[in-house]
Amino acid sequence: MSYLDRQGEGGLYSWVTSTDHKRIGLLYLTVMTVLFWVAVALGIVMRLKHLSGGDFLISARAYNALFTVHGVIMVFMFVIPGLPAVFGNFFLPILIGAKDVSFPRLNLLSWWLFLTGACLAVLSLFTGSGAPDTGWTFYVPFSIRTGTNVSLAVFAAFVLGLSSILTGLNFITTIHRMRCEGMTWHRMPLFAWAIYSTGWIQVLATPIIGITLLLVILERAFGIGVFDPAKGGDPLLYQHLFWIYSHPAVYIMIVPAMGAVTEIIPTFARRCIFGYKAIAYSSLAIAALGSVVWAHHMFTSGMADLANIIFSLLTFLVAIPSAIKVFNWTATLYKGSVDMQPSMLYALTFVFLFSIGGLSGVMQGALGLNVHLHDTYWIVGHFHYVMFGGTGFAFFAALLYWFPKMFGKQYDPKPAYAAWALMFLGFNMLYGSFMALGYMGMPRRYFAHLPQFHSLHIAATVGSWALVAGLAVFYANLLIALRRGKPAEADPWGGKTLEWTLPSPPPPENFDKLPVVTEAPYHYNPKAPA
Amino acid sequence: MSENGRRDYQGSKIGMWLFLFTELMLFGGLFILYSGYRSLHPESFHHASRELNVVLGVANTLVLLTSSLFAALALTSVQQGRHSDGAKWAWLTAGLGGVFLVVKAFEWGAKFSHGIYPGGKALLALPPGEGLFYGLYFTMTGLHGLHVLAGVVLLSVMALLVGKGRVHQGDCVVLENSGLYWHLVDVIWIFLLPLFYLAA
Repeated sequence: MSYLDRQGEGGLYSWVTSTDHKRIGLLYLTVMTVLFWVAVALGIVMRLKHLSGGDFLISARAYNALFTVHGVIMVFMFVIPGLPAVFGNFFLPILIGAKDVSFPRLNLLSWWLFLTGACLAVLSLFTGSGAPDTGWTFYVPFSIRTGTNVSLAVFAAFVLGLSSILTGLNFITTIHRMRCEGMTWHRMPLFAWAIYSTGWIQVLATPIIGITLLLVILERAFGIGVFDPAKGGDPLLYQHLFWIYSHPAVYIMIVPAMGAVTEIIPTFARRCIFGYKAIAYSSLAIAALGSVVWAHHMFTSGMADLANIIFSLLTFLVAIPSAIKVFNWTATLYKGSVDMQPSMLYALTFVFLFSIGGLSGVMQGALGLNVHLHDTYWIVGHFHYVMFGGTGFAFFAALLYWFPKMFGKQYDPKPAYAAWALMFLGFNMLYGSFMALGYMGMPRRYFAHLPQFHSLHIAATVGSWALVAGLAVFYANLLIALRRGKPAEADPWGGKTLEWTLPSPPPPENFDKLPVVTEAPYHYNPKAPA
Repeated sequence: MSENGRRDYQGSKIGMWLFLFTELMLFGGLFILYSGYRSLHPESFHHASRELNVVLGVANTLVLLTSSLFAALALTSVQQGRHSDGAKWAWLTAGLGGVFLVVKAFEWGAKFSHGIYPGGKALLALPPGEGLFYGLYFTMTGLHGLHVLAGVVLLSVMALLVGKGRVHQGDCVVLENSGLYWHLVDVIWIFLLPLFYLAA
């Protein structure tokens, strides 16, 4: 009997009231997949609009709403919670040899808060006086003056933040308290390390955006004046508070993705991970350093020169722990017997695309260049390379890697390869064009574009079609496997971590008898230190 | 490391401390705003602060400090098996929280009656720095007041649970966590008092 079909507990009600971490993981996956496709659809409409430089298809006002809602959904409901909420929930307890998280009921509450926040965000589109049009950053003073439904959207983000905090709190406690016998800190799989680092960012950074968003609501409702220049408020302080959270949030998005890739690469290279401790501690280093670079989003906002220089320097430093990981992944592949299964292909694509995204980020951190690139399509291209090329591809890699374990079904690898080809081609056409456009001077969030940008805009739009076609193939393949896939083995990839010792799908309580761990994870080469 | 499935006392406390960190960061954002605006408008903050009632502020501080003592006594009593004492102290803690809120309501009411409230005419007539002072004052003491209110509810529930024997000597981590929360609310007020009432 597996967790999917506990006796007499198959109905929808039993799912939405389940405190089983695996079921909660699937609840997140379901809601998130729907939201993801909604946001993809909004993105596609934006791209279609740019088939023409002028008025076309939608109004300028609708365009503002589209990029706002696309950003809000993708950032707050897919990329930030994506890997921790789905795979963290499902696999963290299993990877450390536990039967569940520390606070299972709190875990369920987190999901309900997530669902509530998602519903409020969607509701903000159709109620009040029009969909929010501020961009996902809700910058003041515009966000406190616009007549659109900003308050509800901001409150939705607040509720989603609360959900994220509770998830992080739960995971940190779980890792401290629930590791099985012999599972020392340095025997933990690196995905667990990544979730641990992420948890700290969630707990410490998210409350700052919470209070900032509440202040926007208070400002709109009562006019308290703290962000209103007419009353002496300073909009720059809003930007500081916003990015004090939202830059570390970038690492909430990417660190678990790195963790998942770190699980996949040793499995398919059949080698022990190179530099275990370096990878583990670089996650913590990213969490720490990433908390002090926020103002690089504000180099053109009129800060003091000294502050600009310091934040620029810190920004360069944060590249180091990320680079440590990239070098260690590469070193793991060296002399490995690489089995290019779909999930390995997606994981290596992550490394490639993330490197482009990360290095372009270092370029932007340079003060002189930043003035030229700020608020252009370059920035849009850069963060899509990190968020989609990075976190998105890692999410797909993790889904392909753990799908047989989660559902007990095996998928056909061929469509997954085809989907990869379409997505990789489309992705680079789309966001590569964006970077070129931005470098030439195309500002972001503009409804219209000048003739000299037209051909690249067309290329980007055509790329978006290939990308969406790839996404469709990817998801269709997995849906077909859900219905008609062959039963999966317990360990289809030859993995060495604890989840592969369980049947696919796992039983309700994971382990009948709690495991006792005696060696390091990824124990492929006998000579590797235990 | 704990055994799965058993009540994990240590784990519950770790969870609570993490939650308290998030509360600190929540208020931390407001303290950043306060320090930013105070350094921009030191004169205005000085003048605006003089308008607050120091006597009531200090009285409320004493009320909260005493309530924290009672919260600690409630926990100690339960840990020593004196459950009826524990329930009594918990009720008293909640009661003092109520007193704090009543005093606060009078203070706010006095300001409101003079037109000092967000968007109020008297407030808009003041220099921008004083407007910011009061904007922050109402936001921060308001948010703190909501926390006190939540604490009053929480401690009343605890008093009921102790009375019914659901929280007892052998299992009182929820009471301990409630006490931690109450002390946090207290600590935040200890920062709010000098920043607003004694800034003049």
